[in-house]
Amino acid sequence: MGSLLRGTALLAIVGGGLAWFLTSPDSLNAARFEGLTGDPIHGALVFAIAGCASCHTAPDSVPAAQPVLSGGRSFASAFGTFIAPNISPDPAAGIGGWTDGDILTAVMRGVDPDGAHIFPALPFDAYGRATPQDMLDLVSYLRTLPADATPSQPHQIGFPFNIRRAVGGWKLLFRRDGWTLQGDLTDQQGRGRYLVEALAHCGECHTPRNILGGLRRDQWLSGAPNPSGEGRIPNITPGALQWSEGQIAAYLKSGFTPDFDTAGGEMAEVIRNTARLTDADRAAIASYLKAVPAVVSAPTASGG
Amino acid sequence: MTRLSTITALSLTGALIATLAVAQNDPIMAAVKARQAHMDLNAFNISVLGGMAQGAIPYDAVAAQAAADNLVTLAAMNQMAYWPIGSDSASVEGSRAKPELWAQMDDVMADANTLHEAAMAMQAVASGGLEGLQAAIGPLGGACGSCHEEFRVPQ
Repeated sequence: MGSLLRGTALLAIVGGGLAWFLTSPDSLNAARFEGLTGDPIHGALVFAIAGCASCHTAPDSVPAAQPVLSGGRSFASAFGTFIAPNISPDPAAGIGGWTDGDILTAVMRGVDPDGAHIFPALPFDAYGRATPQDMLDLVSYLRTLPADATPSQPHQIGFPFNIRRAVGGWKLLFRRDGWTLQGDLTDQQGRGRYLVEALAHCGECHTPRNILGGLRRDQWLSGAPNPSGEGRIPNITPGALQWSEGQIAAYLKSGFTPDFDTAGGEMAEVIRNTARLTDADRAAIASYLKAVPAVVSAPTASGG
Repeated sequence: MTRLSTITALSLTGALIATLAVAQNDPIMAAVKARQAHMDLNAFNISVLGGMAQGAIPYDAVAAQAAADNLVTLAAMNQMAYWPIGSDSASVEGSRAKPELWAQMDDVMADANTLHEAAMAMQAVASGGLEGLQAAIGPLGGACGSCHEEFRVPQ
């Protein structure tokens, strides 16, 4: 009996230690950024396609040339409601006091300067695939934006989902290095893959998730329930999206569908961002969408 | 009465009752259908301009100007009667207009103004060449989107 107890205790300690090790925050390889300086002018474009303003501006804000990233917007999920923090250059309320390395580690690895995991409402899995130059450009652009003193609000998530250390386990299970679309791609498709999988993070909305909230990459971009509860985020693989590449690119520029309805809901905000890309980049995204595996989604109650 | 006139009288009465029954719902549904038709007219005219912008149809200055003029006319129409109370998506089958629309009329009017301005900007350049037309398409889409984003039920 005594040895059983001791054995169990040992297992618990080893198991706990292993869990602690496995869930430890990951770091960024600083060598990748050596010798690079950030260009805030290009950073503005990275900012647009990465969609930072779409989540981090205040809920009722209007689009502005110099977005105020005061946070406050809420995002419903199966795990509770996340509230976007203030990422303006304010030294107290925002990230003004963070080093470049702090900001890069946050957006590319999901770890904050205190070493705590960041919840994957921030799509660090995607941003982690971006080039060091693009990310450094983004950081330098972020620092040029207006400072705002609005304090960040805490997330509204209940136990056990509010245990940040557990996000380490989530990352272990669901973080992926490398691209989702594999195989030989043309230069144009490769550019499209980079824009979609590393910056625009389309997969975060358009891909179904498993019960723990991890992306189901075997059904990449095949659509998902809208977390806000209304309607469904569509399947944009060739299994459902029949538009031509030209029509896709035109939609990303103007918001007009092939029958001249317009993007509504959350997509209207995305179009405001993709409208700022070059024609070549939008064409690249369209070519990528034609290259992803066709997934035929099950019919839904709404038939769409 | 003769058999034929009885049948006629009964048929006419039946038709009248049916019409009155439909007329009970008519003002609301008529408004919903009218505003959806207005949107169809928008889409039809934009399709001319968008088709040219995308190279799907050849650029035609006269057709482009006509379409742009129509969009301005449509955007300037008085839409008051399209939006009776009780014609929102929660009250009526077939409407995608969110109840919020009636609570935020200031925002709705601002969006309507934005569309009018985008249409006028298009009107100014539509017959002046394809490049000008292409540049004016984006703000049109953005203007349509800004209202739909907030006030239309997603599919």
